[in-house]
Amino acid sequence: MRQGSFIESTLRSFARAFSKALISEHAASQPGLLQRFDPRVRVVGILALVIYVILCHKLAVIAAVMALAITVAIASRLSLWSLTTRVWFVVLGFTGLIALPALFVTSGRPIFTVPGMHLSISEQGIRTAGLLVLRVETAATLTTVLVLCTPWTHILKALRSLHLPAEMVTMLAMTHRYVFLLIETANQMFESRQSRRVGKLTGPEKRRMTARTAGVLLSKSVELSHEVYLAMLSRGFDGEVRLLSDFRLRAHDYAGLAAFISAGCLAVWIGR
Amino acid sequence: MHIPDGYLSPSTCAALYALAVAGWYAALKRVRRVLATRTIPLISVSAAFSFVIMMFNIPLPGGTSGHALGVTVAAIVLGPSGSILAVSTALAIQALFFGDGGITTLGANCFNMAIVGSVVAYGVYHLVAGRSEIGARRRVVAAGIAGYVSINAAALLAAFEFGIQPGLFHDASGTPLYAPYPLRVAIPAMMIGHLTFAGLAETVIAAGMVAYLQRADVGLLRGLRDLTGNPAPFASTAKSVSSARLWWIVGFLMLCTPLGILAAGTAWGEWSPAELANSETQAHIEAAPGNHASTQSVPAGLQKLHTVWTAPFPGYAPRFIKSATFGYVLSAMFGVGLLLLITLITNKAFNRPYDREAQP
Repeated sequence: MRQGSFIESTLRSFARAFSKALISEHAASQPGLLQRFDPRVRVVGILALVIYVILCHKLAVIAAVMALAITVAIASRLSLWSLTTRVWFVVLGFTGLIALPALFVTSGRPIFTVPGMHLSISEQGIRTAGLLVLRVETAATLTTVLVLCTPWTHILKALRSLHLPAEMVTMLAMTHRYVFLLIETANQMFESRQSRRVGKLTGPEKRRMTARTAGVLLSKSVELSHEVYLAMLSRGFDGEVRLLSDFRLRAHDYAGLAAFISAGCLAVWIGR
Repeated sequence: MHIPDGYLSPSTCAALYALAVAGWYAALKRVRRVLATRTIPLISVSAAFSFVIMMFNIPLPGGTSGHALGVTVAAIVLGPSGSILAVSTALAIQALFFGDGGITTLGANCFNMAIVGSVVAYGVYHLVAGRSEIGARRRVVAAGIAGYVSINAAALLAAFEFGIQPGLFHDASGTPLYAPYPLRVAIPAMMIGHLTFAGLAETVIAAGMVAYLQRADVGLLRGLRDLTGNPAPFASTAKSVSSARLWWIVGFLMLCTPLGILAAGTAWGEWSPAELANSETQAHIEAAPGNHASTQSVPAGLQKLHTVWTAPFPGYAPRFIKSATFGYVLSAMFGVGLLLLITLITNKAFNRPYDREAQP
């Protein structure tokens, strides 16, 4: 198991990507609160809240936006366990570790001294570490709630209707489609290599194997792009990108948008 | 190195978005010129490839492993412009679909990793590879060095962005509002991991892939135009300007530079400390419209800073030249020569795969 651990951890990364995509697809099809709104309202509303959180300088206000994000997640029938493992633990582990020394090194009024050590936690240290962790947690929660409640195609269409260039939207859509195809291809390559492996691989052999797999994948990708291009040409592609947008805003969408914007404005006003 | 939301202030994010947009625009324009209608499928599939490469667990010397960015191989195969677009698209998918890296910091992430990473990787690769054969071992070494340098350049930039936050964005009590550590902490903290694991992972994947492609698919190492199989369906219709005529004009302008001697006095606001202390200059300042108060003494900042940099040709008059007229002409020749040299180096560094290496 240890010998092939780098192959297995790569395979686990691939499996995680598929699992995330499946969870998103399942969550987006649930009849929850956020799913009822027009995708443009979801994208604009949640992104506005993320920006407000970044602008906000008060811990209590950011915590209130976090509470709002959790409420929206519950109302949208998202699993809190999924949010805990996918967002909260990950952010706490990473950003929490980064923020921890700030408790001690930020100069300010000391409020607690670690017994037996010349270390003290300052009031300013708690505030700066708290701001960082809470802000990152809240922004990540909001983004995840949006991603889980909105199919990728709808996010792209919403971005297009917000005047993101059609060429960029098409590239994002195509990339997303071929990411899974290439993950599947790489997965098969690693699995077949793993199943043929006998004995121990030395460090240089492992590195050569990884580089070769990546090289083969690159050759296949370029070949695939030629085939995709020919397929596009045969369907009449002339370099001009045209996207369909069939979204229609209804009364409750306007109400939702107003609610998101008001919550954000309130957060900025109180938290300025 | 994927900066999440909340680490950078809104103004930093906005500034880096602006830089990233400029980079994307320039890259898209250049790639379109070479690939035309092939741009979308090639860049999209390459972006998907970059995304998958970022998931590879690279075994490193010492029994550990790390993740590479894949920006070096993208820059070598697609050129800097293609790489900028492909890696940026991969980063956007990571942020928007997988929540890896923030949305407000997407501009910063793309600027650091996709734009600076691609340009540095491409520049270092061609600098080290020189004019060596496409299958030469030197190219493998060049790819490895390019990978190491580009990742560390991107990390250094990210560390700089973190490090300037506490100084620029803090409240009245001095509490940092975003990333809390100053440059002296942020740079070593960020660089330790990148100078060791991440840099090494990028080196392994870049050098290993170039070595593999040299044997298995050498066409991929010849640049973007070669990748598509035929030249871009683009022909400049602009009337070409005769370079000889241009040189005559430049020469004439250089000869005209001594006209500056005819102007009396010093340009407004460009005084040296000695000129500022002069009573004539003081009278000149007082006589100017706008009611400027004359300074009785030379400001301390000006006094301190004016010795920091001494120009080789101060006042367009090299010390070893007696004639002021000839000094002006010589300064103009030196300036034009310097600009030509910079242009030549930039062209050499950035135009190679499209113009020279693509030739059969």
